Amino acid sequence: MRVAVPVFPGSNCDHDALHACGTVFGWDTIPVWHQETRLPEGTDLVFIPGGFSYGDYLRCGAIAALAPIMADVKRHADQGGLVVGVCNGFQILCEAQLLPGALLRNATLRFIHQDVHLRVERTDLPFTTAMKAGEVFRVPIAHAEGNFTLEPADLADLEARGGVAFRYCSPAGEIGEAHVPNGAMNGIAGIVNVRGNVLGMMPHPERAVDPRLGPTGGQGIFRSLESALARG
Amino acid sequence: MKVRVSVQLKPGILDPQGKAVEQGLHGFGFAVDHVRIGRLIEMDVPGTDPAEVKAKAQAMCDKLLVNPVMEKASIEVL
Repeated sequence: MRVAVPVFPGSNCDHDALHACGTVFGWDTIPVWHQETRLPEGTDLVFIPGGFSYGDYLRCGAIAALAPIMADVKRHADQGGLVVGVCNGFQILCEAQLLPGALLRNATLRFIHQDVHLRVERTDLPFTTAMKAGEVFRVPIAHAEGNFTLEPADLADLEARGGVAFRYCSPAGEIGEAHVPNGAMNGIAGIVNVRGNVLGMMPHPERAVDPRLGPTGGQGIFRSLESALARG
Repeated sequence: MKVRVSVQLKPGILDPQGKAVEQGLHGFGFAVDHVRIGRLIEMDVPGTDPAEVKAKAQAMCDKLLVNPVMEKASIEVL
């Protein structure tokens, strides 16, 4: 199982991703500089890390979406390869139009760093098969622009096709505005593309997998990926 | 030619930054409403035909300068 972690100037969660995929799960994990034009041969999963690529200039993720490596990430996704974008990685996937929508400034205007609870909305995705329907898991967020937004018609489409993978919720799994930290529409924390092979999410599952460092709420996503890729 | 692209959040999009500035202005006693904050991009674009230059700027907006999910732009050729 081979994982590529694209690294942009300003990425700062690339080592979290390398640690989670490489050290904790023992996958063959390779950092890939943004100027590269090809992913490593045999890449199964592209994990786009969080951070402040290109200093968030213009819009978060807008410049990174144009980086040379992203053309090959698109090719990988078009061929059905798995892609996960976390935090700034989610913003990059939206700007690259691999996912719909945009991440606006948090409704509170503040950078928010805290643990949140997420409810699993679909368990048939390669990112969620190891989780139970409606399962609640706890992972950290750390962002200033996580306010997921779509045109009303596109939001209705996204919901209708089951594009929402994770929603912010209470510890008991209740959905509602009170549990949405950043103002995201419909409490959306993570979405998938139509084909279901590209996931973008604001929370950081890769920061909650190593029992030596604390809670391990993010493991479900990685265990799901492991079995998805073992199946081929 | 000098081109000025003004990028604004679409009307329906919440602008928390604008809201915060509005509150700040209220604090100084200014009776203002609907404060919206955008971005102004200036550049020199080669060419002498304003229509052609504007078309180039529009293409730049479509490719990079504007995210149509949340923003709209107006282009001015000076």
